[in-house]
Amino acid sequence: MHSTAEYDLECDQVSKHFGSVRAVDDVSFVIPKGSFFSILGPSGCGKTTLMRMIAGFEQPSSGDIRIKGRSVISTPPNRRNVKMVFQHLALFPMMNVYENIAYGLRCSGASKDVIRAKVHDVLERISLPDVANREITQLSGGQKQRIAIARCMVLDPDVLLLDEPLGALDLKLREAMKIELKLLQHQFDTTFVYITHDQSEALVMSDHVAIMNGGKFVQIGTPQELYHKPAAAFVAGFVGHTNRWAGRVSRVESGEVEVATDGGLSLRGIVRGTVSPQVGDIVNAYVRPEFITAQRSAGHNPQADAGQNTIEGRVDSILFNGANSRVLVKNRAGELIEADVVLTGDEQDLKPKDEVILSWPVAQTLSFKD
Amino acid sequence: MQKDIKRLSFLLLFAPFALWITLLIILPHLGMLHISLREKVAPRVYEFGFGNYLNFFNEPIYWNTLLRTGSMSLLVTLLALILGFPIAYYIAKIAGRRARGALFLMCLIPLWVSDLIRAFGWILLMRETGVISNTLQWAGVINAPIEFLYNDATVIMGLVYTTILFMIVPLVSTLDGMDDAMIEAGYNLGGNGPTVLRRIIIPYAMPGIVSGCIVVFMLTAGSYLTPILLGGKNSSWFTEQIYDQFITRYNWEAGAAFGFVLLAFTSLVIWGGLKLTGQTLNTTVARS
Repeated sequence: MHSTAEYDLECDQVSKHFGSVRAVDDVSFVIPKGSFFSILGPSGCGKTTLMRMIAGFEQPSSGDIRIKGRSVISTPPNRRNVKMVFQHLALFPMMNVYENIAYGLRCSGASKDVIRAKVHDVLERISLPDVANREITQLSGGQKQRIAIARCMVLDPDVLLLDEPLGALDLKLREAMKIELKLLQHQFDTTFVYITHDQSEALVMSDHVAIMNGGKFVQIGTPQELYHKPAAAFVAGFVGHTNRWAGRVSRVESGEVEVATDGGLSLRGIVRGTVSPQVGDIVNAYVRPEFITAQRSAGHNPQADAGQNTIEGRVDSILFNGANSRVLVKNRAGELIEADVVLTGDEQDLKPKDEVILSWPVAQTLSFKD
Repeated sequence: MQKDIKRLSFLLLFAPFALWITLLIILPHLGMLHISLREKVAPRVYEFGFGNYLNFFNEPIYWNTLLRTGSMSLLVTLLALILGFPIAYYIAKIAGRRARGALFLMCLIPLWVSDLIRAFGWILLMRETGVISNTLQWAGVINAPIEFLYNDATVIMGLVYTTILFMIVPLVSTLDGMDDAMIEAGYNLGGNGPTVLRRIIIPYAMPGIVSGCIVVFMLTAGSYLTPILLGGKNSSWFTEQIYDQFITRYNWEAGAAFGFVLLAFTSLVIWGGLKLTGQTLNTTVARS
């Protein structure tokens, strides 16, 4: 039994089976009070089912869900103090903004004066004080978003669930809403559980992120941990951009491996993941583009630096994207490797067909045995 | 050129509708209006006047029949709504994708048989020597045959049976357009079953409800066959009065006037219903 007060939400070995399909498989986690927690995973990984169980729309096949220390397994959805922002928001179109926000308060039997005060207060807090009498159809996408959150927050929930609510917005608005959601979470000081398949949303906003795949939690950690210290190959491949080489281990030595890749390269990397590879095992090596430096080879031969992997190649194309520009380099085996570059717009910039040397630290070559 | 083709295709598409509405709706009604506004003063001598309408209001049997028809039609509409809503809700929201088509089809199948045949079916079941009476006697529940026909309850039942489909169809189409998340949001924000039904599902389905009610009320108030066959002489349905004037008494003037009174009455009821629910014809019938 945990000490109850410090966690807003605890899931204890929660599973959900649909027939023979294990949609959610033995998931356990705790969310501390007032934090922003994201569940990140590809479509169909079970994250929506997990959230519907927390909200009470699905009954877990086994396991326990506790909110503020009390089990809610037998509590119907309308009695749980967990509110949810739906994917398409599910604002009530036949009610105006005021009525939408007042709905929950009415259900709880609040008096007219209390309702009016609370609705106006929450509209102030989401900085939309003048929209109370608007119809839902008259709101912009971002405003609808905020109303949907206000409709939940006015009820002082213990936990707010958000089911990919930014999915329907256009890119620009989504970027703005990311920051806004984070600010709203700080302002309301409520635990947010955010479900998404968009890693940048999860990384930017969250205090903690759980990576989910195939119904299981693969890793839980801060965004930095997930990005820099992935515990499993799935996390390394799923979070952020990465280059991947598959190969066979040719040498193992105190946490370092030498990998002979399928394309004929020899790379050194550090071992990650739960299983330590032996010589002859198949491993995947992951390297993020920002750790790879691309330099023109300019005649001189690459010298093997102790802490570096180096390979030669030819620039295939430039992926210009302002500060996030990349080059695609083709090595001798014909593999394409992504590397971050700084493009300043002058003569020094890399151009297609340039011969380059790619180098990156061995410590950033993360090798996993699957 | 392009514009001419567009115009031509529009005219061709519009022509059948225009012909139908002028030849079968507007012209006959103008003729009827003309007939209803002339009084017979001598054989083949007519005068313009409102005598036929005055006649209607001066004879209590006439407007009593109309009020009775109107109130019973409202009752039928209400019953069709109460019975049809759960069915429509089940088809639109609870049944699976595949079951939905089959259920819809099952609602439609009775329409393949003509009104008349279905009414005779009811007669076979409910007359004094019919299936129900005989079965009850055989089971020993009653010891003498009972006549189930020719009373108001049977008429109402028959009318609900014939019109309920027209309630279900618009309801299914509006409820189908409702996102399930909206119902879940209703629960999630603290509403219990009745609250969600009253505050979310019914307001959302209102256009469908009103449009179904309009159609059912119109069909019921204007129906002739079912009240006559199941209600017999006691049914006192207003359409029967109109039939009497035209066919039995050969008094076309009075019949035409009654027809217009019925039209005005049903229009008034529907207008009142729309005002009461805050809907317009645009948001209801035109949408579903």
